[in-house]
Amino acid sequence: MENESIIQAIGLTKRYGSQTVLADLNLHVEEGEVFGFLGPNGSGKTTTILMLLGLSQPSEGSARVCGMDPVRKAIEIKRVVGYLPENVGFYGDMDAVQSLTYIADMNGIDKDTASNKIRDVLDEVGLSDDSQKKVGAYSRGMKQRLGIAEVLIKDPKVLILDEPTLGLDPDGALRLIELIRSLNRDRKITVLLSSHNLYQVQKISQRVGILIKGKMVAQGPIEALSREKFGVGEEKYTLEEIYMKYFQEG
Amino acid sequence: MQGLLAVYRKELADHFSSYRFVLLFALIAMVSFITTYMAGIHLRDSLEGVAKPKFVFLMLFDTPGAIFSMVQFVSFLGPLIGIVLGFDAINRERAHGTLVKLVSQPIYRDAVINGKFLAGLTTITITLVSIVLVISGFGLALLGVVPGLEEVCRLAVCLVLSIVYISFWLGVSILFSISFKNIATSVLASIALWIFLSFFVSLISEVLANVAAPVDNKKDTVRETVIKNIRIKERGSLFSPMVLYSHATSIIIDPRRKTTSSLAFMGPIERLSASRFQNPLPLGQSIFVVCPHMVALIAITLICFLISYLVFMLQEIKT
Repeated sequence: MENESIIQAIGLTKRYGSQTVLADLNLHVEEGEVFGFLGPNGSGKTTTILMLLGLSQPSEGSARVCGMDPVRKAIEIKRVVGYLPENVGFYGDMDAVQSLTYIADMNGIDKDTASNKIRDVLDEVGLSDDSQKKVGAYSRGMKQRLGIAEVLIKDPKVLILDEPTLGLDPDGALRLIELIRSLNRDRKITVLLSSHNLYQVQKISQRVGILIKGKMVAQGPIEALSREKFGVGEEKYTLEEIYMKYFQEG
Repeated sequence: MQGLLAVYRKELADHFSSYRFVLLFALIAMVSFITTYMAGIHLRDSLEGVAKPKFVFLMLFDTPGAIFSMVQFVSFLGPLIGIVLGFDAINRERAHGTLVKLVSQPIYRDAVINGKFLAGLTTITITLVSIVLVISGFGLALLGVVPGLEEVCRLAVCLVLSIVYISFWLGVSILFSISFKNIATSVLASIALWIFLSFFVSLISEVLANVAAPVDNKKDTVRETVIKNIRIKERGSLFSPMVLYSHATSIIIDPRRKTTSSLAFMGPIERLSASRFQNPLPLGQSIFVVCPHMVALIAITLICFLISYLVFMLQEIKT
């Protein structure tokens, strides 16, 4: 297959009993881009992500991540894909260095390399000064940044971020978005960003996909979606307006 | 393998630094000290001026000094150790949102549960071994008797049995921590099952025996009925891991005991030989007597772990 997308889903379907939570999803994310993955709560975004990581089995359809099938090669995929879940948790009685050491240990990074890497990623996410503090005492923004540090430890090719800015104050959210932007720009990490904050998504994503009630209703660059919904020459609409239009129709 | 070791190391460190483990260890250490001291004093008094019987050292563990012996203590409260080490193994991770993070690392999913079980097992082993060593040292000073090779071997077998017995309860509590999302529910479920299996099974089997084969003490009951009654009672009570464990350990720790069944079951020849030949059994024969009990204990522990393993592997990861 030539020019294969780094994340690709074909006809991905998930049913729980008789309930279909995801129907025939087609998705492709190109290498090096920030892809905004949008949709109301319960539309199946997290389900999609879990299937991409091999944490959940699709009822139908297939996916390929970095050229590998999540059903068969889950471990290999998780080696190169960093996933920050929504409402990620931490061990409150560990400090940042201990948490990162545990994650590094699970990724098979040896001790010396790990301690250097931990220093680097803590610096990168701006937590160097608080690295000796217990994570239980961290603010929400700091926790999210520690979460990013935990996925950066393995030098991922792809980052999958599920609602990373949820519940953050405007300043914290902005810092996090800037961090994601710089990771994408400097480290050339492909980012799949699921979020409700459409303004921020618009700022950093090249393309977006809109998922409503388990169906992908639109996928492409923001201007293209705007043209599609509002007509030629109407590329000025913001992502929020486009999204609302799709939402009301869907 | 990498993932298993990582989880194992972290869980072990957690166990040893947790308050609940320190408290539990302190409790066990205290009780063992007191029981051994009582048993030691009692033994010293009763053995004064008598020719030293064989296997005095082992008596330290099965002589009820004040209230119960060391072996009885483990059979009563051992389950609590297992429950305390495992009741929140999985549901705490789930509640704190760390489970998704663990399984999205490049490790096999079973590394999480295997690592947790092995860490619990290691904690139990270290606790029991150190307690037995401390008691032995204490007993040495108290009795002035050095244990022989046979006694050391018997203690070792007994120790392994205790570890298996407590691991069964570790498995039960991990199973409940997988099936119940709420930590309080999983604790209560474990404790309820513990109380049921340890105390109620014997009661229930007694009731069943009396219904099936009523024995009236005032009238002469037919011999067969008495035997039937006892048989139902004993077979029924074997459903309790505590009974399995205490039967097995009482035979292993006391070489003079030759059967777990009661006197009523013995035929005349058997009874005669029991009263004539007072020689202690060799270790191999003692093990032979309680082989079914030991196998059953190991089997229920493995089955319990297997069920938790399957339930965990088949469970959907949802956020």
